[in-house]
Amino acid sequence: MAERLQARLAPEEIDKLIRGLARRGYQVLGPTVRDGAIVYDEVAGAQDLPRGWTDEQEAGRYRLKPGTDGALFGCSVGPESWKKYLHPAQVKLFEADRQDGLFRILGGPAPPARPYAFLGVRACELAAIAVQDRVLLQDKYRDPVYGSRRDPAFLVAVQCTQAAATCFCASMGTGPQVRGAADLTLTEIVNAEGHWFLAEADGDRGQEVLAELDRRPATDEELRLARTAVESAAAQQVRRMDTAGIRDLLYQNFEHPRWDEVAARCLTCANCTMVCPTCFCTTVEDDSGVTGDRAERWRRWDSCFTMAFSYIHGGSVRTSSKARYRQWLTHKLASWIDQFGSSGCVGCGRCIAWCPAGIDLTEEVHAIRGAVNHGNTDA
Amino acid sequence: MANAEIDPMMPRPWVVRRISKETPDTFTLALEPSDGGPSGRGGFQPGQFSMLWVFGVGELPISISGDPAEEGSLTYTVRSVGPATQALVSHGAGQSVGVRGPFGTGWPVAGAEGKDVVVVAGGIGLAPLRPVIYHVLRHRDRFGRLVILYGARSPRDMIYRKELAAWARHKDTQVLSTVDYGGVAWRGRVGVVTSLFKYLRLQPARTTAMLCGPEIMMRLVARELAARGLAAGDVYLSMERNMKCAVGSCGHCQWGPHFICKDGPVFSYAHIAAMLDRYEL
Repeated sequence: MAERLQARLAPEEIDKLIRGLARRGYQVLGPTVRDGAIVYDEVAGAQDLPRGWTDEQEAGRYRLKPGTDGALFGCSVGPESWKKYLHPAQVKLFEADRQDGLFRILGGPAPPARPYAFLGVRACELAAIAVQDRVLLQDKYRDPVYGSRRDPAFLVAVQCTQAAATCFCASMGTGPQVRGAADLTLTEIVNAEGHWFLAEADGDRGQEVLAELDRRPATDEELRLARTAVESAAAQQVRRMDTAGIRDLLYQNFEHPRWDEVAARCLTCANCTMVCPTCFCTTVEDDSGVTGDRAERWRRWDSCFTMAFSYIHGGSVRTSSKARYRQWLTHKLASWIDQFGSSGCVGCGRCIAWCPAGIDLTEEVHAIRGAVNHGNTDA
Repeated sequence: MANAEIDPMMPRPWVVRRISKETPDTFTLALEPSDGGPSGRGGFQPGQFSMLWVFGVGELPISISGDPAEEGSLTYTVRSVGPATQALVSHGAGQSVGVRGPFGTGWPVAGAEGKDVVVVAGGIGLAPLRPVIYHVLRHRDRFGRLVILYGARSPRDMIYRKELAAWARHKDTQVLSTVDYGGVAWRGRVGVVTSLFKYLRLQPARTTAMLCGPEIMMRLVARELAARGLAAGDVYLSMERNMKCAVGSCGHCQWGPHFICKDGPVFSYAHIAAMLDRYEL
């Protein structure tokens, strides 16, 4: 691996970066504004990015609002995560046809036409991709759908320099400083002296792309400014998760009055599992044509909050909302450690913002711990 | 890590060679590979299961109930309880069924060598245990006594009735069955399967027990065996939960930290005793 390259870029270079990645054959995907939220979609140039927007998040609340600094990446994470592309919400597993009672499989899932380049991957999202890598690629079986999307993907990380009120990555050890393996890492700085980016690349792939941009070596002062900006995002975080002994805490509190209390608020709507960047559960559905000689099998996201999820002959195993919320939280924070060697939570806060009832998992864990609960912050 | 070219979600077409009726709603299907297809020759460990796909209808986790020594064939016993199982048992000879697997952990047949084997089954739970019975009877000198305890709802819900009678005639083999309600013609025992233990001479220190049936039945049998001196590590249970993928990635079969499809379905009672008491886990 080459020596780390650290360069200062003018903001205009982001447009060239997008076009350069597209020229290399990537489908470039990044944050865009749609329907009042940040939505990941194809970006043709910097004009598609949410320039000048920022967001406001709280438990059960998400709003975009105009920012004051004209930053390209001034918004925190929105409702979508990159699992939208790597672990699609619906994918055709195969098609088959049948004649005289005999069927044959006509083909498996197709990889994307172009490899993906993700622009604007936050530290928590890199951590989430690493968590899904472990689940879907590095377990006993390898998921070819995820693998064909993940393996060639080019990742452009963007450091967070401001935190949403729902963020708690610092306490999960996943951010805000980018720790995962990105091809290129950007830090966007807007200050009295202007608007610029620090670009850092460790590997050959990122350095090749960076070499095509107008740049100059970053000064020590610029590196310091960039580092301080990321540190301020950590300092801004008002939520935190106390992870000490959390696996045993939840295992030992399978029966706890808090589960009944949260179940009285939980709508079992499954929003938290849809927005979670690590939730990986799926179901399968069969589509058959009206003639009965052709069939398709589809895989779709599923959620442990539905009754059907645990259905076996005779009934569902987890019928109460209490059992379903407990399964989700205990899996995410405790049994995930047994299964895959890490927490399933990266501290992105999406499940807090997008819960229609404003349920905050940091608060739930805090309550189960038996600590005095004064609302959202326990810092 | 598995080869990237192998898609664990892709069924291979096998064809039904024979289908036979066990009870009014339960059928046994013997499958063989389609001609020329890359279907392999079977091969499984007693206790493992396959995912069986019915064209255009759905897919089901079904334990393999045939003889593990029989090559080029896979046998399943299926109770018709919903649309997919109904479609599966409606297949005729020569029609194809999609097969994935085999998946999961098997019964500890190697670990049970030199010991008595106690098989306790409820209802269709006898199906995943039949490969163990075939294996023990085929290698009779490697095992001690074979005891089969079988409980069913009624005489007409008993599967493998002829075989149960035939197994009882093997040396060092004891077969006891009971039903919940017998009807006027029934001359056998009536009661839950745990009521059969009073007829047994258990040698707890040299016995391996294998249990499959409704969860409540397995829980009570495991307790009964513990009360009779069997170590929890010598008792094995086959667990069931909703399954969609069988490869540990759909999330459905989670039970505490376990994925039943890949960490089970067969578990040692020593590892799961506490979990069995947790309602809605």
